[in-house]
Amino acid sequence: MAERSISVDRPRGLRTFFLQWEWLLVLIFVVVNVINSNLSPYYLNLGSLVGSTNAFLDMAFLVLPMTFVIVLGCIDISVASTVALSAVIMATSFNAGLPMPLAMALCLVVSTACGLVNGLILVKFKELPAMIVTLSTMIVYRGIAYVILEDQASGHFPNWFSFLGWGSIGPLPFILIAFAACAVLFGLLLHKTSFGRKVFAMGNNLTAARYSGIKTDSVIVAVFALTGLMAGVTALFLTSRMGSTRPNVAQGYELAVIAMVVLGGVSTSGGSGRIGGPILAIFIIGYLTYGLGLVNIKANVLLIIIGSLLILSVLVLNLRFGKGHRRPASPNAKMIAAGKAPDAKL
Amino acid sequence: MSDTILELRGITKTFPGVKALDEVSFELRRGEIHALMGENGAGKSTLIKVITGVYQPDSGQIFLDGKSESIRGPLDSQRLGIAAIYQHVTCYPDLSVAENIYIGHEKAHPVTRKIDWKELHAKASELLRSLDADFGSRSIMGGLSVAQQQIVEIAKALSTNARIIIMDEPTAPLTKRESEDLYRIAEALRDRGVSIIFISHRLEDMYRLASRVTVFRDSRYVGTWSVDSISRDELIVAMVGRSITQLFPVRKVSIGEEVLRVESLSRTGFFKDVSFSLRKGEILAMTGLVGAGRTEVCEAIYGITRADSGRVFLSGEELKAAHPSEALRLGIGYLPEDRLKQGLVLEWAIATNVTLPSLERFSRLGWMDRRREDAKAKELAERLEVKANSVHDLVATLSGGNQQKVIVAKLLTGDMKVIILDEPTKGVDVGAKTAIFNIMNELAAAGYGIIMVSSEMPEVLGMSDRIVVMREGRVSAILETSSATQETILGAAMSAAETERA
Repeated sequence: MAERSISVDRPRGLRTFFLQWEWLLVLIFVVVNVINSNLSPYYLNLGSLVGSTNAFLDMAFLVLPMTFVIVLGCIDISVASTVALSAVIMATSFNAGLPMPLAMALCLVVSTACGLVNGLILVKFKELPAMIVTLSTMIVYRGIAYVILEDQASGHFPNWFSFLGWGSIGPLPFILIAFAACAVLFGLLLHKTSFGRKVFAMGNNLTAARYSGIKTDSVIVAVFALTGLMAGVTALFLTSRMGSTRPNVAQGYELAVIAMVVLGGVSTSGGSGRIGGPILAIFIIGYLTYGLGLVNIKANVLLIIIGSLLILSVLVLNLRFGKGHRRPASPNAKMIAAGKAPDAKL
Repeated sequence: MSDTILELRGITKTFPGVKALDEVSFELRRGEIHALMGENGAGKSTLIKVITGVYQPDSGQIFLDGKSESIRGPLDSQRLGIAAIYQHVTCYPDLSVAENIYIGHEKAHPVTRKIDWKELHAKASELLRSLDADFGSRSIMGGLSVAQQQIVEIAKALSTNARIIIMDEPTAPLTKRESEDLYRIAEALRDRGVSIIFISHRLEDMYRLASRVTVFRDSRYVGTWSVDSISRDELIVAMVGRSITQLFPVRKVSIGEEVLRVESLSRTGFFKDVSFSLRKGEILAMTGLVGAGRTEVCEAIYGITRADSGRVFLSGEELKAAHPSEALRLGIGYLPEDRLKQGLVLEWAIATNVTLPSLERFSRLGWMDRRREDAKAKELAERLEVKANSVHDLVATLSGGNQQKVIVAKLLTGDMKVIILDEPTKGVDVGAKTAIFNIMNELAAAGYGIIMVSSEMPEVLGMSDRIVVMREGRVSAILETSSATQETILGAAMSAAETERA
């Protein structure tokens, strides 16, 4: 009875291809590297460029799940505290006699539990916004870390443990290989699986997702638990690189991670973004830090640059992509905006 | 001057595609309570919005005290002494009663703009006393009951020296006793010379309170009667009219065994003791006035909300978990009333919307099979004749009727046995309506059991096999469509008649 044929063609064309946010990020990436290589003669050296990645990749593991969290329309600012707590528990349990592999496993278990707690609070008390819930657990987790270790450092790990942060396989740092593997996995999970589809659906329209039979609570808990797990991974690499840990490690990571995700073109109102953007943003900010460090520009100046970059990127995203690209121009656009607001409260 | 305070002549108001008011007239006398009645969508609310200046009429005149006025906004209407009280009170729940009464027109010091709180509370207390309120001016608005909040709204109207007060279904959320209190207040206001327009679906409200009644139907003025001179049945006939439009396709009915049975389903505050059954191939209409609990019952069956008691059986199997995923797994699909908010991801393509309820069917070990997804979406979109070029067209670019078809397509990706359509033709044009009716008939013929929630009488009578009429959260009648008329349906929807069960 089909009187009219409907095609399965996707919108394509050079215009749509090149009008993607990622191209702008690639451009920024190139500009950062050109500036860096002009500032310092030591910069443009493939060996040191690859080698320098272990200086910033530990927090990159957090960018991947944070992309899920923000696509979901949520936020998690407790990740840095989770890193500290799981690192501290790993160090103390090792120094209390637990074998190192078990201490590392414990680190991941603790961090996953932290994420699980966030997720469970969120689905049990739906009236609480994610910002407040994770602000609270951020303070609690950090607090527990201080109670355990007070203001001490804890370390003396076996030598092989330093391989995580410093080792390399061939010319490539181990951390880079590990991150690449995680990035591929998270990218596939977000863009190729039904789980990723549900995350996008919920970020776009939580009510419609629920009416479509998606177990929204389970998805939220899973995403936050995954975020916790990756905080544990960050704790492993960070602790390995530092050689010891303190309750105040990873201070400020949560904001840097969120900044990278947003710079990567993921909308904070949820429902849109691609994993490639945040990954590019990791390397932009990473090399910016590395290059400016080479010419002795102070870390505080760097903060100003990163902050400005963030504001600029959000502005450009809104101006360029806000009307034409992300939101179709339609009479419904206003209703979308109006109808979405209450759902985005997570 | 005559004793007419407000007169509307030949008011017409159109919205894109809809004529909400068509050459409507209305006359309100000084110190009378005038009931305004009509079915859902008859144009009552639009008229109120014209009187309060929310909408500007396309043509027609408004006379106040015999003088032609144009009311350009709520401030204008306030200045002219018109105030409206809505069913759902719009207030500032965290502020005090006095602040709510005087917000927007509080008396402030001419220079410092400082508010004289003492005077404000004194005046508010006086107003509340005159209304016999059992709470003070310093009570917090959010802590009051709906009935008390309505009294605050009335006090607010009086504080602006309103001479005309419009009450839009004020008794709908109230208990019988609270309604009695409201009646008394309304009568006291009338005796003070205030004119009241009283909108209500409850016939008892009208007979108890009003002296005259005006009826609207299909955006038109039907007539005005003295309440003493019109019987209940005559009034219903006036509201329903006689015309039944013929846009319903002829259908062959082949009804099979029972597929859904609902047994005394209850949810406190929403519905009580709802029982009915649905058979294969049957279209069961569920009707009643807005707020009668139809949508709430459907949402409980589908698992959006949990019923307090009662049971739902699907082909003999009891539905346990209250979650849409469980309902979908067992074969109940639901097309929600608000398709933009509840039905669709507007920024997504047709294909991804269609597969959303059954992602597991289009993935293997969690891995999406996009080719199968596209193929299924193409098949369904073509079968339902969605007007689109590609299944990757964004849903937001489609018309209302086509969006509705996309939601229907969502329900057809799984093995459904029962499909619940909540106001499926709301906001779609006539052509798309017929298309949706055709789809419903096809689905029924294919053996689906269909529940159609609808407020529109012609649709209910034209499409269904049986009709469940709800009234204030209860099933007030189950009628065979062949022997039902608009009068019997509306009678069951509005009267407190004996509950009969089929």
